[in-house]
Amino acid sequence: MSQPLLSVEDLRVTFELHRAGDLPWTRPRLLRAVSGVSFELFPGETLGIVGESGSGKSTLARALVQMVPATGRAVWQDGADLIALSRRAMLRYRADIQMVFQDPLASLDPRMTVGQIIAEPLRTHFRDLSETERKSRVKAMMDRVGLLPNQINRYPHEFSGGQAQRIGIARALVVQPKLLICDEPVSALDVSIQAQVINLLSELQRDLGLAMIFIAHDLSVVKHISDRVMVLYLGRTMELAESRALYGDPQHPYTQALLSAVPIPDPAAERAKVVIPLEGDLPSPMNPPSGCVFRTRCARAEDVCAERRPELTRAAHGVACHFPGPVAASAGRVPA
Amino acid sequence: MVIDATRMKNLGDRFAEGEVRGRSLWADARRRFFRNKAAVGGLVMLALITLLALFGDSLAQWSNEEIDFDVMGQAAQVGQPSIGNGHYFGTDDLGRDLYSRTLQGTRISLMVGIVGSLIAVIVGTLYGAVSGYVGGRTDQILMRTVDILLAVPFMFVVILLLVMFGRSLFMLFFGIGLMSWLNMARIVRGQTLSLKHKEYVEAAQATGVPTFTIILRHIVPNLVGIVAVYATLLVPEMILIESFISFLGLGVQEPLTSLGALISEGARTIYYGTTWQLLWPLAFFVATLFSFFFIGDGLRDALDPKDR
Amino acid sequence: MALLEITDLSVAFDTQEGVVNAVNGVTLALDRGRTLGIVGESGSGKSQIAFSVMGLLAKNGRATGSVRFDGREILNARPAVINPIRAQKIAMVFQDPMTSLNPYMRISDQMAEVLVHHKGIGKSEAVAEAVRMLDAVKIPDAAGRIRLYPHEFSGGMRQRVMIAMSLLCRPDLLIADEPTTALDVTVQAQIMTLLGELQRDFGMATVLITHDLGVIAGFCEEVLVLYGGQVMETSPTDPLFESPAHPYTRGLLAAIPRVDQEGEELDAIPGSPPNMTRAPKGCPFAPRCAFAGEDCLDHLAPLSEFSPGRFRACNRSLEEIA
Repeated sequence: MSQPLLSVEDLRVTFELHRAGDLPWTRPRLLRAVSGVSFELFPGETLGIVGESGSGKSTLARALVQMVPATGRAVWQDGADLIALSRRAMLRYRADIQMVFQDPLASLDPRMTVGQIIAEPLRTHFRDLSETERKSRVKAMMDRVGLLPNQINRYPHEFSGGQAQRIGIARALVVQPKLLICDEPVSALDVSIQAQVINLLSELQRDLGLAMIFIAHDLSVVKHISDRVMVLYLGRTMELAESRALYGDPQHPYTQALLSAVPIPDPAAERAKVVIPLEGDLPSPMNPPSGCVFRTRCARAEDVCAERRPELTRAAHGVACHFPGPVAASAGRVPA
Repeated sequence: MVIDATRMKNLGDRFAEGEVRGRSLWADARRRFFRNKAAVGGLVMLALITLLALFGDSLAQWSNEEIDFDVMGQAAQVGQPSIGNGHYFGTDDLGRDLYSRTLQGTRISLMVGIVGSLIAVIVGTLYGAVSGYVGGRTDQILMRTVDILLAVPFMFVVILLLVMFGRSLFMLFFGIGLMSWLNMARIVRGQTLSLKHKEYVEAAQATGVPTFTIILRHIVPNLVGIVAVYATLLVPEMILIESFISFLGLGVQEPLTSLGALISEGARTIYYGTTWQLLWPLAFFVATLFSFFFIGDGLRDALDPKDR
Repeated sequence: MALLEITDLSVAFDTQEGVVNAVNGVTLALDRGRTLGIVGESGSGKSQIAFSVMGLLAKNGRATGSVRFDGREILNARPAVINPIRAQKIAMVFQDPMTSLNPYMRISDQMAEVLVHHKGIGKSEAVAEAVRMLDAVKIPDAAGRIRLYPHEFSGGMRQRVMIAMSLLCRPDLLIADEPTTALDVTVQAQIMTLLGELQRDFGMATVLITHDLGVIAGFCEEVLVLYGGQVMETSPTDPLFESPAHPYTRGLLAAIPRVDQEGEELDAIPGSPPNMTRAPKGCPFAPRCAFAGEDCLDHLAPLSEFSPGRFRACNRSLEEIA
């Protein structure tokens, strides 16, 4: 296999929370948003990251571009550790790693024209570009993502949500990055528009040979676009496998529950489906369960799950569970 | 056919080389502002007052320091407003032309208001934006400084300054400017805190735009709305403060005057029957204040349509 | 007689940009104990229908047409007429339960207040009933948790509280407006299962408003597809998914990525949703429709029954769009 574009080892993000009224010297409470996540990403590959709210999926993405402080290693293909780089040294890599955000309109400065918005990464990373050259690149990119180049002087509020997300994508791609991190890029869009944006992203990815990290809570969207998928729960990896394997033959009880919960737009299949219920609420990330973080809601949990944390297996289909395996015969299963 | 027309237009747009002009938020706000009758009324009124204050002197037949010896000493009898002797607004007790003095006072008052407000805008915006955006310890230090300054009795300090260093226009500006930006800095900081977590700011951070550039490019322009509104409302506040100081007799020095000083004088002499000495400056004063308030309200509605 | 009968309902809003025609001539009927799904994208006017029924339209909104509940006209009715109905016969669950719960009141007080006010029973009896209702929506340790404040519940639990509260007066009709959109998928599954059970046990008619055809598939007996404020298609659930009869419904179904299917390219619907500030003449879907002709931009055929219980509004015949 070729050399990974990015290898992440034991990435951790811990926030210190001060309660209101705390004195300056009070020990802050720790919120472990991401604890010990490792994965490799290869050039041209799409890694889907799914998880529910509180799983730390967005924090993970932000840690990779030093938007939140993290520990661990995230080694770029040239050997640089993105986590440890100084701000100045990191700047070089920011052009290579670009982000697309969730809320298309909120991610565009309302006081700037589309042209200024898309040009911003160019102004930051290609300072010696002439004004005309910059403009022609912006226009070319607008055309590429399906926007009319003559709309360059319009403002974000004059566009619909789907078009605004295209602007966001154009801004990310105008500096020809190697890695595109999409943080819930379609969850704010209507279904009919979602499909447009997903198709655009996968087409651009294919044509430009981009590597992509695609974060979403919607499992069906992730399945559609990803080569491999990582399932996060309370900041930890539960399962990491090829998309086909993960959806067709999930091994971790959490993945199974998650998949069984997805509504299927087909009444017969939806009725036939058996939802594996998850008992109780998500535990507080301030005080996660000992051992396996999922054990409090897991039907398979036994004593060992509370004592020892299962490591993610180093196989092609990695599972972090003491009792992995297909859904028990008693429970139902998503028809493949 | 409506849709067909737009379809054809889109097709046309695609092939036309010409770039479509955008409709900025400013243009929207301007449109909303000019639809607001009270605000436009205020703007017109303020424009008239400003024009009169700047160029009204050419109509005057007396300067603001000249004493009309025909009137001096008997202002109550012959000093009333009259076109005939050139004292359109009458004279004060010393026989000086009230028209010229009111215009000159208006100039000073407007200047105090605008200078105070400008200092607030420049210092307060940058201070608040930096404090809010950088956050952490910097924010703590900057904001505690503001708290401490706000705890100092402002009027007392201004009065002390004027007494210690003598009454001068510069000292007045200095004293007012010293304090006017404090609240602005607080307001701006609060707004910056919410802007800081907007996704477009995150996008700029992720792509590596330097911090100070982010503040100037993304934070400050999006603060302009709230700053403009607060600045317009700050102008009358500054005018009021100056008037109060003048009312105490510590403001600008004779022969210069300000609306506050004129009102104070008019109020003192009113029981001689010289009502015009109070009413003219008071009318200008009230009209100016109302204009600013209406404009400020209009700006707020225009810039923040969601809040209505 | 149908429990809820909406005839030719239109809703328009006066805004600074002009008149927004959110709903244009929607007609529907719902019998006692039945479930209807209203599916549409943002701006389709689906929530405005619910708001009109509840008399909750924004101040600048005007509703015309007729909404009859149990035979009585309730559209634009006087508060004296609609308030008792709204409080006791029709209940509504919103996307964000926090907007309808008072953050400064204990759940027990909020729930008891409803009963004391509308049923005139004593406070302690009301609290007991509230606990029973929280039990019914499967809140563990209901008797203990009822003393908590809304923010002390998780999102899913809060939505359960909201549902329990809406059921307190045993309504005949429950309108759920995107009840699970803000929730995680596992919580959504719990809530939808719960709603299904409650609907069966309490036998109330339910209108489920959502953008998610998957949720509709599992819950509703009938579906109404809304686009640009107009009904495109209405049908019993199974045949709708099996053989959608309107180009929009088809496009929508093809555009949804599914966990249970492999697939390369999604069939996206080109274009953007309509701008509702201009009164749509003709079919609102026409600019995005592959089968549209000149006539579609000009007028839209009225809803017509093409097979028992199934209605469609389209100028093209079924054969033409096959």
